[in-house]
Amino acid sequence: MKFAVVVFPGSNCDVDMYHAIADELGEEVEYVWHDEDNLDRFDAVLLPGGFSYGDYLRSGAIARFSKVMAAVKKAAEAGKPVLGVCNGFQILLEAGLLPGAMRRNQGLKFICRPVQLTVENHETMFTSAYEKGEVITIPIAHGEGNYYCDEQTLERLVENRQIVFRYHGENPNGSLADIAGIVNEQGNVLGMMPHPERAVDALLGSADGLKLFRSIVNYWRETHVVTA
Amino acid sequence: MSLLLEPSAAMIKEQKLYREMGLTDEEFARIEAILGRLPNYTETGIFAVMWSEHCSYKNSKPVLKKFPTDGPHVLQGPGEGAGIVDIGDGLAVAFKIESHNHPSAIEPYQGAATGVGGIIRDVFSMGARPIALLNSLRFGELTSPRVKYLFEQVVAGIAGYGNCVGIPTVGGEVQFDPAYEGNPLVNAMCVGIIRHEDIQRGVATGVGNTVMYVGAKTGRDGIHGATFASEELSEQSEAKRPAVQVGDPFMEKLLLEACLEAVKSDALVGIQDMGAAGLTSSSAEMASKGGFGIEMNLDLVPQREAGMTPYEMMLSESQERMLLVVKQGCEDEIAAIFAKYGLEAKAIGKVTDDKMLRLLFRGEVAAEIPVDALAKDAPVYHKPSAEPAYYREFQAMPPYTPHIEDYNQTLLGLLAQPTIASKEWVYDQYDYMVRTNTVVAPGSDAAVVRIRGMNKALALTTDCNSRYLYLDPETGGKIAVAEAARNVICSGAKPLAITDCLNFGSPEKPEIFWQLEKAVDGMSEACRALGTPVVSGNVSLYNETNGEAVYPTPVVGMVGLIDDLSHITTQSFKQAGDLIYVIGEAKPEFGGSELQKWLEGRIFGKAPEIDLEVEASRQRQLLAAIRAGVVASAHDIAEGGLAVALAECVMGASGLGAKVTIGGDLVSELFSETQSRFVISVKKEHQEAFEQLVEAKRIGEVTGDGILTVNGEQGETVIRLSVDEMRNVWKGAIPCLLKSKD
Repeated sequence: MKFAVVVFPGSNCDVDMYHAIADELGEEVEYVWHDEDNLDRFDAVLLPGGFSYGDYLRSGAIARFSKVMAAVKKAAEAGKPVLGVCNGFQILLEAGLLPGAMRRNQGLKFICRPVQLTVENHETMFTSAYEKGEVITIPIAHGEGNYYCDEQTLERLVENRQIVFRYHGENPNGSLADIAGIVNEQGNVLGMMPHPERAVDALLGSADGLKLFRSIVNYWRETHVVTA
Repeated sequence: MSLLLEPSAAMIKEQKLYREMGLTDEEFARIEAILGRLPNYTETGIFAVMWSEHCSYKNSKPVLKKFPTDGPHVLQGPGEGAGIVDIGDGLAVAFKIESHNHPSAIEPYQGAATGVGGIIRDVFSMGARPIALLNSLRFGELTSPRVKYLFEQVVAGIAGYGNCVGIPTVGGEVQFDPAYEGNPLVNAMCVGIIRHEDIQRGVATGVGNTVMYVGAKTGRDGIHGATFASEELSEQSEAKRPAVQVGDPFMEKLLLEACLEAVKSDALVGIQDMGAAGLTSSSAEMASKGGFGIEMNLDLVPQREAGMTPYEMMLSESQERMLLVVKQGCEDEIAAIFAKYGLEAKAIGKVTDDKMLRLLFRGEVAAEIPVDALAKDAPVYHKPSAEPAYYREFQAMPPYTPHIEDYNQTLLGLLAQPTIASKEWVYDQYDYMVRTNTVVAPGSDAAVVRIRGMNKALALTTDCNSRYLYLDPETGGKIAVAEAARNVICSGAKPLAITDCLNFGSPEKPEIFWQLEKAVDGMSEACRALGTPVVSGNVSLYNETNGEAVYPTPVVGMVGLIDDLSHITTQSFKQAGDLIYVIGEAKPEFGGSELQKWLEGRIFGKAPEIDLEVEASRQRQLLAAIRAGVVASAHDIAEGGLAVALAECVMGASGLGAKVTIGGDLVSELFSETQSRFVISVKKEHQEAFEQLVEAKRIGEVTGDGILTVNGEQGETVIRLSVDEMRNVWKGAIPCLLKSKD
């Protein structure tokens, strides 16, 4: 299976994403610079964290106009797994691939710390390796992770089981309904504020993020064995 | 100021206008002699900034020479962007610490942010990939609204810049004392990794080679920043806010990636950050070091504003700019690398053989100065030094013994002192994990960052207890180095080398100069005893407000090498049943202690003694035990003494407690800050092996009850506190002070 890590000017978790896939998962992975317009050769697309375009104007607001985003949309429409973490999540929101918007953290400060998450939906292509309701530890590092959407959207998110992760215990940023990560209606685009790529090695505190990447690989193997 | 309004050379001399730029009458006469004519306005400005203490180290140079700077593992000592030390396998570590005190006092967010930006550029200008940031901060007491504002904004500025560039801020220290009320200290350290063959130097060589400018455009910000940094702060300083630059971390990130690509190219001859004194210092220093000259056409300098004069361009300290020397004919190759990141690399001049810095502007020569006069031949002063009266008084005082009635309340009170209290409020705002190599996050003795793909890691720390330095700069200087080494050792690393940031008052005062001399003497002796040469550093003098100097604060940034990841050790106790040991005996030493400061509201008397041979031997023993795998946790005993150290060991663990028995003079045993001591925990099965390797006294064991119990020798309870209660006080202290309205 081949992963793309999209690199925007100002991305800075691209290296972490790359090593999580290459070193811990042992799958193929390549960096893709923001001005490429074709992602057809990849089986999954990862939008890493960081400060694309300095987060000037608004987080993700400039990155969504990058050339590569048309290809990201195409991959999403083709049903390929698309994962946006932190700034990647913000870009997916700005690009309209996921519903809702991001506000500054309630405390108005950047927060970096490990937090607990509940796996709300373990039946997605990103979470099948987790147990139902499993509580996992994944770090956050963001200043704008306070997810918001209108009431109808929230109802739909709940109805369609699109809320994949919620903060367990303390909500660090004030997000609506303790939302930490959501998928689109089709279930193949996941945006999340916590960083699973930072939780793939017990030496650094937690390996709870590995299952997320394994779920993607399992999904791909299953679907491709059937069609092969 | 437009060109037409610039004073003429004659006016500069007659009206002594050079004084406003920080030049003395003697220095101006020297300039006249060097040039054989009167300098024009631009030239006067260039001399003033290059001969400022900040750029020339003219007052501190004779003192800095005392530092040991050599060692078999030193690849680059002081004098370049950063020092470089070999760590084996073809890799090396590049690091440096630098101050941004004055800008941060005036405009704390941008002052701190650009301090971080500058030190990152120093490291990547060597060709190294920055992998970690640390800092060392000093503020007044967290009670005045001004100090709270400075503290909050400095932390936000460091976070805002480092987080965006994507380099983890993994450690640091923050201390609070009235001595820093008007003049906070903001020191930033950057650590990078480099392959030996990629090491770059800031030199201009090869006649005809091209000088290229990359990064942000030049604006009118930060003009004379280096001169401003070489004066005391006063009420007029607020008016110098325009001398504080504004940072753009996004530009820095692009510049960083592009420069690290460029250093892989054979086309690159030399590279240097445009830091203090911007275009002036980078060009003059590169030419002087290379033994060549540089000619630049200022009309080609990318400018943010219209109508900038040569004076303004040369003295601007606009951020995120680098100067490159590129092989003639290879300009396009370099330009293409920068173009990928949306940056323009622009040819603005060439290397010459006449050792002159020549600036062309609108077809005329705007300045022409011998480069060596600006750099290596800048003036050097041997300032008079005098032992201060306060020092003699302190030395003559009888030992201070605090009176303690309630040990529980004393320990809780110490844990609530902002200098001891948890700094979680601070480091929660720093992305300390990006790049996913941070093994030991902020909050233990030293931060530990692994080197990806290897079984090695670096232990990093910044330390300086300036209260000891104030009481006795020589002893305090020794302690600063020794304490840094203790932190590195406790993490399982062998100390390699240090970088230092010497923050002092005005060197014009003999008593301050004496502090500087003595501190450097003490630090040098400790560096020799512990085998850690000084490979880079920075001097920040004139840290005074309204005539009051800060405490002498030579911050030590130390790097240690962990040669096996299994040696990584932290301060928290690990499991119930482990044995607790103390290395070193306590003496009744309370001069400059946290307890004295808290109970008396001031510090006085003698600093704690330190015997560097004892220190070195204990450090060796402890490291041997850690490497033998018989140490479960290790923590040095510092501010607040053994009681605070024990509390820190249990607060970092979850659900554990400790039960220890203490004999002798309880106040000294629990709260004295006697040096060269450690708290260690050891698994029972390792008891024998540990005791064979380390001279230590067993005082008790780790418990599973979440309570810290200290008993006297007769079995009487001295301290009994729940770990939860201690943790609440310790973690709550700083947020609580920030929220309180008075």
